[in-house]
Amino acid sequence: MTAVLPPAIGAADAGEYPLNPTGAHLDADRVSAWFGTHKVLERISLSMPPGTVTALIGPSGCGKSTFLRILNRLHELVPSAKLAGEVRLNGQDIYAQGSAVTETRKRIGMVFQKPNPFPAMSIGENVVAGLKLTGTRANRSERTSLIEECLRRGGLWDEVKDRLGAPGGSLSGGQQQRLCIARSLAVRPDVLLMDEPCSALDPTSTRRIEETIGTLRDQVTIVIVTHNMQQAARVSQQCAFFLAEQGTPGQIVEAGATTDIFEHPQDPRTADYVHGRFG
Amino acid sequence: MTTLIDLRPAGSSPEPEKDSPRAIRKSLSVADRIFRWGSTGIGTVVLVVTGAVGLFLGYQLIPTLHTYGLHFFTQTQWDPETNVLGIAEVLLGTVEVAIIAVVFAFPLSLLTALYISEYAPWWLRGFLIAMVDLMAAIPSILFAMWGVFLINDHAAYVSRWLNEFFGWVPFFHVSGGEPRAAVFILSLYTSSPAIAGMVVAMMVIPLATAVMLGVFGQAPLSEREGAYALGSTRWGMIQSVVLPFGRGGIVGGTMLALGRALGETVAVSLILSQNFDVKLRPLEIGGITTAKLIANYFNESSSGQLSALLAAGFVLFAITILVNSVAAVIVSRGRSGAQTEI
Repeated sequence: MTAVLPPAIGAADAGEYPLNPTGAHLDADRVSAWFGTHKVLERISLSMPPGTVTALIGPSGCGKSTFLRILNRLHELVPSAKLAGEVRLNGQDIYAQGSAVTETRKRIGMVFQKPNPFPAMSIGENVVAGLKLTGTRANRSERTSLIEECLRRGGLWDEVKDRLGAPGGSLSGGQQQRLCIARSLAVRPDVLLMDEPCSALDPTSTRRIEETIGTLRDQVTIVIVTHNMQQAARVSQQCAFFLAEQGTPGQIVEAGATTDIFEHPQDPRTADYVHGRFG
Repeated sequence: MTTLIDLRPAGSSPEPEKDSPRAIRKSLSVADRIFRWGSTGIGTVVLVVTGAVGLFLGYQLIPTLHTYGLHFFTQTQWDPETNVLGIAEVLLGTVEVAIIAVVFAFPLSLLTALYISEYAPWWLRGFLIAMVDLMAAIPSILFAMWGVFLINDHAAYVSRWLNEFFGWVPFFHVSGGEPRAAVFILSLYTSSPAIAGMVVAMMVIPLATAVMLGVFGQAPLSEREGAYALGSTRWGMIQSVVLPFGRGGIVGGTMLALGRALGETVAVSLILSQNFDVKLRPLEIGGITTAKLIANYFNESSSGQLSALLAAGFVLFAITILVNSVAAVIVSRGRSGAQTEI
């Protein structure tokens, strides 16, 4: 169904982790975060293995999105943002001195809550925008095949193959979101972060995205933030429940296999949340 | 079969044959009404004043055309002694100086705006914006002095260099300016439209920069982050998000600057040496603009000639209004394909 991918960039220097063509191993180690002097995350440690969809759940304002943005260094775009701890991609700290932020973001892609295709570009140009943005040269046939491959992997090819020249903004919200997924895949990331990718979409589009996540799982490591408990249960294999209680920074209350979190939660707060009793 | 419940509200009138739109009346509160009429009134005053200026100036065209005929537009000389008056060279000179000003101002404004909005650290940003605003606050006479006493003599050497190496291009030619002549006549290169344009550029940079800064700042954060998340460099993000988004502001800001440059008076009056010859050699001494013409001859004109001066002013007014209107339309039109909202 999907084309065979060349090995991911940088996967060869995986160190203690085996060369894994299905994504990379992402580890957060005692990550804390501040905005100004306000601490929003308290020593989060979480391992996100390849071949796995990790869902981050929890009520609004508990720091899930901040945590996700720390994983690909978007956090530091906010002027007052600070952080502590390490985020390791295949064992290497992405915040280490001399680590190129553009290279990190290329390997750890992100899909946002609101679809954000580049409006001045066509559908096809949107898919390969990452090549232009990162200064990667590609000839016409490489582009054409990359556009088709990524749109297929994003589950959008059949709907747009006849109008690749139409503006990206002309698609429906759900299609735009899948275009954004395809766009992220075009730079061959090892990890794909998704920040509530379906919260602005209707149920049909949501189902399409979830199917897409299911097929991508074998190709990239996926971390998804969601407010939808059913979605977390449907798409993820492991789950982390974030909570920020009464002005304290966000913490992981419980993390583990999704079935355990939903069926046998250890912490009563987790049980209350996944059963819809608060949040 | 299921029984359908009648969900129509009680007391509904029976279905008419056709429905038609009903009139909806808004009733405004007293405060709203006062504010509405107050603001409408003040807005109208602005329009009326501008219109009155245009009418007053346009009215002068009638006696002018009566006296000087259509030659008024084709005659290049303005000689009150022999009563030969025309605005051909005046208009040409006006546009020439304004375009030179914009050629200098455009790259400087664009790069200044990009630096402030995209590269400057946040603690420097406010200071830089204040500095650019301060440039707008400097009285034009000071810019004129700066041009006359500092730029004039120094820029003349640049003009000479351009003439020496690019003089074969008519635009850079300076007649009589033999680069290899035994005696170098610097005064041939001073007080030229190019130098006047350079000084006017400094005066329009704040306007162009402010407009560009305004639109760059509005480039959506979601698209910026989308670009960064793909591993974009800052320059890549600017190219694919900020510049396409800001295109209207870049063009519009430049045209607003052009509109201001067209009417700039004091600096041009003091720098430019008056000359009515039709020539497109901006590096060479001498030239004239509409604003300078009016400033120079206003005090010593007969009433018929005064009408002609005001008619020249009307032409400048019309051009400026046109340029500004086009700029306003471009700025407000925004970007194409903007439907990212869902």
